[in-house]
Amino acid sequence: MTAATPSAAAHSRPRPFEGLRMWWMMLVISLEERLAYRGDFILGTLMRFLPIVTQLFLWTAVFSATNAADIAGYSRNDIVAYYLLTMITRAFSSMPGLAGGIARSVRDGSVKKYLVQPIDYVSFLLASRIAHKLVYYAVAVFPFAGVFFLCRSFFPPVPDAATIAIFLLSLLLSFLLGFFLEATLGMLGFWFLEVSSIVFAYMLLQYLLSGHMFPLDMLAGIGTGIPGVSLGSVVHWLPFEYTAYFPAAIWLGKIHGTELIRALVIEAVWVVVMAVACRIAWRRGTRRYSAFGG
Amino acid sequence: MVFPYTSPMHNSSQNAAIHPQKSRAASREDAGREPVIAVESLAKEYRVYDKPEGLLASISGLFQRKSRIVHALRGVNLSVGRGEFVALLGPNGAGKTTFLKLLSGIITPTRGTAQVLGHVPWERADDFRRRFALVMGQRNQLWWDLPAAESFRLHKEIYRIDTARFERTRDELVDMLDVRKILLQPVRELSLGERMKLELVAALLHEPQVLFLDEPTIGLDVVAQHTLHRFLTHVQAQRQMTVVLTTHYMKDVAALCERVVVITHGDILYDGSLDEIVDRFTTHKIVTLDLDDTPSLERMERFGFPCEIRGPQVILRIDRPRIAEVLPEILRSERVRDISVEDVPLEEIVAALFRSEAAQPPTTHQEARA
Repeated sequence: MTAATPSAAAHSRPRPFEGLRMWWMMLVISLEERLAYRGDFILGTLMRFLPIVTQLFLWTAVFSATNAADIAGYSRNDIVAYYLLTMITRAFSSMPGLAGGIARSVRDGSVKKYLVQPIDYVSFLLASRIAHKLVYYAVAVFPFAGVFFLCRSFFPPVPDAATIAIFLLSLLLSFLLGFFLEATLGMLGFWFLEVSSIVFAYMLLQYLLSGHMFPLDMLAGIGTGIPGVSLGSVVHWLPFEYTAYFPAAIWLGKIHGTELIRALVIEAVWVVVMAVACRIAWRRGTRRYSAFGG
Repeated sequence: MVFPYTSPMHNSSQNAAIHPQKSRAASREDAGREPVIAVESLAKEYRVYDKPEGLLASISGLFQRKSRIVHALRGVNLSVGRGEFVALLGPNGAGKTTFLKLLSGIITPTRGTAQVLGHVPWERADDFRRRFALVMGQRNQLWWDLPAAESFRLHKEIYRIDTARFERTRDELVDMLDVRKILLQPVRELSLGERMKLELVAALLHEPQVLFLDEPTIGLDVVAQHTLHRFLTHVQAQRQMTVVLTTHYMKDVAALCERVVVITHGDILYDGSLDEIVDRFTTHKIVTLDLDDTPSLERMERFGFPCEIRGPQVILRIDRPRIAEVLPEILRSERVRDISVEDVPLEEIVAALFRSEAAQPPTTHQEARA
């Protein structure tokens, strides 16, 4: 440590895969942090399966009351398979605690760390969310496998490889979409002290319009007041359905051909739009924070 | 300004006694160079909204909010050279923390400019951010649920420290603070003092050239404070690091800082050496006597102001100019077993300094702009 040479020169020497190493480390640290709460995690995963049981009872009652073989193209078996599949989608697209966590870091000032250190907050959140999900899947794969095995008779035959590939792609996009949607909501914490009511409103919309509550094909027949425009067709242009309905519908073979391609493009565009929105919100938010609070 | 005392540099010869480890030559050599921190008429104003009392007032507050401007900093100038250790003193709300936040780029100023290591801090360039560190509060850089060793590894990547250098610096810092045995324990299980030590290690891993410390010894016991003092003195001298710290403990100042900047009401009231403060603002000395008998009040009043007479023990306040004539007189006319002469405690001097300004709220030109 000689006093004469500025020590910064020693660390700014570029090394190969600099960015990757940092990502990897952020991932590892977040993984370790998640694992500190593994007990809580296992319980939380199992609890997620409870709501689906009530859903199944409800739909059994609906089918026996109407005596119909199918509703909006969904047989009773399809409905069961659909709900189980949306659970997989939700496992990718839902971001528990993300928006609230960002808002909290603004409120309690811990966001300062990301202003002082040479680190990008959004990248950091993304890396830690990936870690979060990886830990979750490692734990959740067992109950998921068990339930899917027990319910295997409800599923149609396994689709072809191309469909499976598109299904996986749509899951990946739904993860990114969910992440950037909620991260942007969290950034609103720079303007509002508390974002929980905004997040609640979002959750409500999300629950209704994502297909989490019922298959969105059922909206096709509902008008919007504008001639020729059904509620179902409007929903296709919104980001919500890509966080639950879309991947499940792909697996069940409900969407094909150009319709499928179009939906994938809409999903990808939404990912880009929300990623940019998130970045802008961060920039504006920190500027505001610097000017008013700190 | 009530006290227009702004000494250019620490020029007191007594400084060498307080900081034997600091080379005077180094700071003289640096004096001619570009300052590490250069601040010019830096001002920060906040608009705060008063929350009215009562429900009705709260409801009307929804439509019309009363606001006022708080001048956290009123156009300060400061220049700090490389290797200086500066203490920012001031009562709560004086603007010390605002100043540190501006210098570390967390907030942007309302007016004025600042350069730290040649960068404007609030532009937050990565090159700048890799070369300084800020320690503010207890839950700062360390991951709460993980052992500190893990946070250090993350810092290694964030600051791009190469492996050999990282390990050497880490081991050195860890050994100096004697924290090796707690490196693998989750941070949340550690005591306040232990966490503070680890925060400092985390902040120093990338060998910052500038370090900002916001009340680093708050809530620590005497032993931990002492450890931190020794540690900071050593690291600062070894690296020729520039350090600015805020504190309320005069012990920190006496142990660490050659230069003191006093801020009140967002203005710099005093900038100079600690000894100079004592010199300028000490009007009297404290003389403690241990006599053979219990003296009367009148007998003691001849010498100075008797603060306390408890049996044969007497504490007197004597005006400084008179001390040379009064002491021989005491020794002549009293049967003295023991005698000691001390300066007024630093805390008292500084408190008086804060008060003298607080008693007269500034009515300077800055106020007119509000």
